[in-house]
Amino acid sequence: MYNFKKTFQPINGDKMEQQNYETIVNKHKPKENRLLNALLAFLTGGLIGAFGNFLQEAYSYFLDISKNDAAVLMLTTLIFLACLFTALGFFDSFAKVGKMGLIIPITGFAHSMQSAILDYKKEGLIYGFGANIFRLAGSVILYGVVAAYIFGIIRYAIMGG
Amino acid sequence: MTYIYSFLFTASLCLIAQIILDNTKLTPGHITSIFVVIGAFLDIFNIYDRIITRVGAGALVPITSFGHLLVHGAMQTSIPSGLMGVSMGIFSLTSSGIASAIFFSFIFALIFKPKN
Repeated sequence: MYNFKKTFQPINGDKMEQQNYETIVNKHKPKENRLLNALLAFLTGGLIGAFGNFLQEAYSYFLDISKNDAAVLMLTTLIFLACLFTALGFFDSFAKVGKMGLIIPITGFAHSMQSAILDYKKEGLIYGFGANIFRLAGSVILYGVVAAYIFGIIRYAIMGG
Repeated sequence: MTYIYSFLFTASLCLIAQIILDNTKLTPGHITSIFVVIGAFLDIFNIYDRIITRVGAGALVPITSFGHLLVHGAMQTSIPSGLMGVSMGIFSLTSSGIASAIFFSFIFALIFKPKN
């Protein structure tokens, strides 16, 4: 047993280890291909946009409702799908491929709420669900409302509503 | 034709976001917040409305439309009730998105168990 432990001690002390550490880490870091990332984000984002447009036209044609109502129904459908896939555990593997193509559409907003609420499930209904649902999506709402308040007053002053 | 415009508009926004993410230290949280503020800013002079009439529903899918709808809802109530209307109607158009996101995530969180 003692011999077994001795073989695993560093031979040249900690200095050598620290110097080598950075070069070894840099060598084994996965190189991110930025061009491929950009292309994947472009394609997935575009597909979601075209899918949203398709849903809106299909809803307004088949359900015989106005374009505005169909747009609301389309956004609700996208939110529903994002929540469902997050809860089933698929969304993270999709996001590894699609990157920001899935975060910038409304699906990212729904995903941030669903993943926050699922992560804190074991802390109970009040301190788990209630306290953490806006943990990630809160920043979008906060800065959106602050910006909309300021820009709304500016627009009211310039254009009168 | 709106399909192509929808594809290109959403895709180019996601492309810009991916380039920002890869080349700066900003996180996805920063980028979505910035995009919401940009969407609200573009609605001051009705620019985003013109984009929507040209692009179709594809312009409603990215998170920039969230900021646009916040300003737009505020403007709807500010016409009858003046400057106070800005705060009265700020959530009126986005409420369906926020409410359904809260509702679905609560229901699914009750049903499913967290992975990993």
